[in-house]
Amino acid sequence: MGATTTEREAAVRTEAPVVQLRDAAKAYGPIQALAGVTFELRAGEVMCLAGENGAGKSTLIKILTGAIRRDSGEYLIDGEDIGTPSPAQARAAGIGVVYQELSLLPDLSVGENLLMGQLPARRGITRPAELRRQAKAMLDRVGLDWLDPGTEVATLSLATQQLVEIAKVLGASPRVLIFDEPTTALSESETKALLARIHQLRDEGHAVMYVTHHLEEMFEIGDRVTVLRDGGLVTSKPMSDFDQDSLIASMVGRKIESLYPASSRTIGEPRLKVRGLRPAGAVAPIDFEVRAGEIVGIAGLLGSGRSELLRAIFGADPVEAGDIEIDGERVRPGDARRAVQAGLGLLTEDRKQLGLLLELSIRENASIAHLDEISRFWVVDRKRERSIVDQYLGGLKLRAGSWEQPVSSLSGGNQQKVLLARWLATKAKVLMFDEPTKGVDVGAKAEIYKVIGDLAAEGLGVVVVSSYLPEVLGLADRVLVMREGAVAGELPAQGATEEDVLHLASTPSSASSDTSGADGAAS
Amino acid sequence: MRFVKSTIHQPTPAAAGAGAGAAAPTPAPAQPEERVLTFGDVFGRDAGGLIVLLVLFGGMTLASTEFLTADNMANLARQVAVFGIIAVGQLLVILTAGIDLSVGSVLGLTGCIAAELLVHGTGIVPAILIAMVAGAAIGVFNGSLVAYGKLPPFIVTLGMLGIARGAVLVLTDASTVQPLPDAFGNIANGDFLGLPNLLWMFIVVVVIASFVLRRTVFGRYVYAVGSNPESARLAGVPVTRVLVAVYAISGLLAAVGGVLFTSRLNAGVPTAGTGYELNAIAACVIGGASLFGAKGGAFGAAAGALIVGVLNNGGNLLAINSFYLQIIIGALILAAVAFDQWQGRRARGS
Repeated sequence: MGATTTEREAAVRTEAPVVQLRDAAKAYGPIQALAGVTFELRAGEVMCLAGENGAGKSTLIKILTGAIRRDSGEYLIDGEDIGTPSPAQARAAGIGVVYQELSLLPDLSVGENLLMGQLPARRGITRPAELRRQAKAMLDRVGLDWLDPGTEVATLSLATQQLVEIAKVLGASPRVLIFDEPTTALSESETKALLARIHQLRDEGHAVMYVTHHLEEMFEIGDRVTVLRDGGLVTSKPMSDFDQDSLIASMVGRKIESLYPASSRTIGEPRLKVRGLRPAGAVAPIDFEVRAGEIVGIAGLLGSGRSELLRAIFGADPVEAGDIEIDGERVRPGDARRAVQAGLGLLTEDRKQLGLLLELSIRENASIAHLDEISRFWVVDRKRERSIVDQYLGGLKLRAGSWEQPVSSLSGGNQQKVLLARWLATKAKVLMFDEPTKGVDVGAKAEIYKVIGDLAAEGLGVVVVSSYLPEVLGLADRVLVMREGAVAGELPAQGATEEDVLHLASTPSSASSDTSGADGAAS
Repeated sequence: MRFVKSTIHQPTPAAAGAGAGAAAPTPAPAQPEERVLTFGDVFGRDAGGLIVLLVLFGGMTLASTEFLTADNMANLARQVAVFGIIAVGQLLVILTAGIDLSVGSVLGLTGCIAAELLVHGTGIVPAILIAMVAGAAIGVFNGSLVAYGKLPPFIVTLGMLGIARGAVLVLTDASTVQPLPDAFGNIANGDFLGLPNLLWMFIVVVVIASFVLRRTVFGRYVYAVGSNPESARLAGVPVTRVLVAVYAISGLLAAVGGVLFTSRLNAGVPTAGTGYELNAIAACVIGGASLFGAKGGAFGAAAGALIVGVLNNGGNLLAINSFYLQIIIGALILAAVAFDQWQGRRARGS
């Protein structure tokens, strides 16, 4: 294996680069998003692009795809200067991108999606048989030969949609493939399958650029890594020159001592008790409790019911049965407003769709959940509002010009802080985080972990759902593992390994009797 | 500029040191941030329409000597007040990303309910109250279908547009309801402190609505629901109740408009308010509201209503063909929305 890799690497190095960018720069107003970045991409290699949020990765991709115009620098494909291409020209020149957010139209069929923009037609009338034939051929290339091109896209799993997306990009016969965080929504095994597919594309002679926040993936797939920091190029070296720590250090420009906060917390009385809770469609009732000062992690594969459990506790979705108590007081399930008043807070996975009020200001976003407490006769006391927002957002070190600017102008990590301040202001007793660090860079991750640790230390009960196992194990005191909508087992985080969790999360239900124990017997 | 401001407010170490030695002076209260009060600060989310209105006002004053006269102003106020009041109700609905197409018909129906009651000898106050309750009830019905039935607001209120108009034609047999008591007619035709009562009502409605939107919890909830109902719900906002409330208020204000309309003519006209829903939507949009919700304010909607009113009034004074005026108002709507889009893009780009 090692010998073939070095042989291949040697071959790649001698090849002329497909894409070259020299001294590219781009500024948005006063912010220099990219400055003097030079890099090249060769056929038959996977180059990872690493850097924190705001390092300039997306700007670089957008320059390559023609989505934005660069301010200066040269852009060469096959050694020829192609000027500032439009997206269509970039595509014609062989640049294909698979975006993090899928660009498929959910209500149309797979075939129509694959050939959108070039639907086979005669005099404006489509030719369904030809469409099927072409679509089938495209699907075969990515190993989706079992998929009927007539299937509606919305009915497919995210992993399959991702492959359809790749098939669509491949349809334009690109020579350069750019993957922008393609695995964000995928499970572990789906990620593995995708990475294998990308390896295959590389071996077919495509030049691949791969962007991800997951360091493990970079080491698994990358031949070379280019690191950006604050819009500038840090280094571009073979992947094997790095290990995880040195890569992180090079990304953030400093050494991060420990990602996870030390767990020297005193664990107190139960703050949240869940008894016999059945989220709609759940197979078995769920029982667990969270004590003051405790961080409970919830792990499980995608679709195992983790987010559904959080939403059910919070009352975001109706539940079939169950009791929820906060500090000994019963909260009627299925009513988010009551849950908020009782002291529950939920930070959702999808900040834009299920958290932020994008048209409103930072101040209004932070205060929306506790307006009742700071108002008299329904009139908001603006002085108190401002001082409370100052107190909590200031405490979280939010960087913003003014609390009055729209929340949409903030970066992902800062938006997360606004949502956190929203719940801190309600004096929440139990906070639940669904994928708190999704799409957040390494530096901001450490900050969020620290905040979560501090909150628990102050006596809050904390629940963290994450599909990133090192995060769950590093952060939590106790880990609940879910499988198929039920709790499959519980592990103390200390001493538990990722294998232990995966074992519980993926063992078929026949073997569950020994792990689910007393909880299962109740039903 | 921000840099300069922050250096000014940096307390100097010398001052701090001097304070320590003195006989326990009370610490100086945190200085309020010094800043130039801009137009936008006063009128908040709805400054744009007011600027257009001022420009239009100035232009008309220069173009016609008759424009800025007491008579014409009173005239203008009467023309604008009724549909301005409806526009404020419409604005609340639009802020939640909804739409209320039924306001014109509800205006006609409630106006005629009041008229029928008066003709049959009901007292003026009970007649007005019953008409207003009817308007609010129709709004609650609309709002319930939207909030609990999850039906699209466009469809719900389109249905109500037909139902209410049909109902008023049945109720009145499609004929004018009169005679009404003179005292009732005085409500909309009288003056108070030299200004027409109608104008006072308009001002009161706009000021209250503006206060509610900008200072109350309910107002904040309206913007939150319009921004993203699911996010709002997960932040503990009672989304369904807010939705029902805005449609109820829209219905109530339509009824206020209906009563005033009937009072002004001192007769119940079954076709009253036809097409007002579109005028009200136009006023909101010209005043800076976004049909996608969460953008706009009461002063903006009022300014929008006045802009349309001034254009109509000024067009008459300058003897511009009213058909051209329709074209101008249509173009103004497009310009307002295009400007909004352009500004939004610029804000996102920076």
